[in-house]
Amino acid sequence: MSFGLTPSQTVGPFFSHALTWLDGPDVVPESEPGAFWLRGRVFDGAGEPVPDALVESWQASPEGRFDHPDDPRGAVSGFRGYGRSATDDEGRWGIRTVLPGRVPGVDGRLQAPHIDLSVFARGLLDRVVTRVYFAGQPANAEDPVLSALSSDRRETLVAAVAQDGYVFDIRLQGERETVFFSV
Amino acid sequence: MTDLVVPGYRRDPGGTHPPLASPGYGSTVLRAPHQAPVPLPHTLTEITGPVLGEGRVLPTDSDLTRQHDGEPLGERIIVHGRVLDSDGRAVPDTLVELWQANSAGRYAHARDQHPAPLDPNFTGVGRCLTDSTGRYRFVTIKPGAYPWRNHENAWRATHLHFSLFGRAFVQRLVTQMYFPGDPLFFQDPIYNAVPEAARGRMISSFDLSETEPEWALAYRFDIVLRGREQTPVETS
Ligand SMILES: [Fe+2]
Repeated sequence: MSFGLTPSQTVGPFFSHALTWLDGPDVVPESEPGAFWLRGRVFDGAGEPVPDALVESWQASPEGRFDHPDDPRGAVSGFRGYGRSATDDEGRWGIRTVLPGRVPGVDGRLQAPHIDLSVFARGLLDRVVTRVYFAGQPANAEDPVLSALSSDRRETLVAAVAQDGYVFDIRLQGERETVFFSV
Repeated sequence: MTDLVVPGYRRDPGGTHPPLASPGYGSTVLRAPHQAPVPLPHTLTEITGPVLGEGRVLPTDSDLTRQHDGEPLGERIIVHGRVLDSDGRAVPDTLVELWQANSAGRYAHARDQHPAPLDPNFTGVGRCLTDSTGRYRFVTIKPGAYPWRNHENAWRATHLHFSLFGRAFVQRLVTQMYFPGDPLFFQDPIYNAVPEAARGRMISSFDLSETEPEWALAYRFDIVLRGREQTPVETS
């Protein structure tokens, strides 16, 4: 017996009063050792900032674990792993987080540290999904997801080092379009 | 390390979701990616997801008519249903978020310029957790239709916005719930961007059994998220 899946629809332009939480950007509290800001901007195909997007993040703890019952290694309690930030008028978003640990891939080999992102916006009838990797991580070179991409496309997934953390811009369309994944 | 290899979720079959490039909806033109999406394997990051709710949802959050000193104007309705996966299994204890226009068709959002009145007694934002059998229930008012500038004399079909987390990153869903028999369906490109066979899944059904006599009408809206992949069976 299979039930038909509910289709996706856009978040529309008027969601930020509903989906913004005071602690939305706080994947970790300010006091967390190693905490940094992961910030970026969202751009459309004309290079204009997208002021009505919502960026959500999901990641492992620094130990590469999840507070989740389906992690076969056991749930590690207390690491939220989740962040949410609506873009401002200049298309800027940001979350305060820590570098995730390495998580095994489907063949059991460890992946490079990564954060999954969902982007919702007016004009996006379904979310788009991307992954943030981090500049300077030696494991990037052997990550199966990154390695499968051409070098110019791979670059769109690697956050650059910034003063207070990392920068990751999201280009929805056109030149230097971010790699988006189907999940 | 094969004990860390866990079954993923089934990929969405074609004919489920609207294509990102749906030019009838003008805002997709500069926002839909041009490149085809790259298939991402379902690793532990994708088959887990945020477990939200504890401390984040108050009992009053699911009654949008009780969030201010007075009652909002409009037709009081109950909106309820179940969150299931495609195998019919309940998705328990998962966060459901709801937001909507007021009965005049205006959002309590700073950028909504539609010249219809705001209602000081209605914010139009609700949240709740599904119970152990995947059920959720909101009390709200029926939103009004509102115009937008997508095309000549464009009006959105009356809708509620829903946000669902499921239990895994790959189950995340944002959708809209519609009302049966809406005369605006034919000209709404957001609704019609969904493949025809799947559109009806976004339409709630009038539910006499859940109405409250002399108080509120009721609509039922079940939401189906993707299910787990079956563990492969050895055939040799
Ligand atoms: Fe809307």
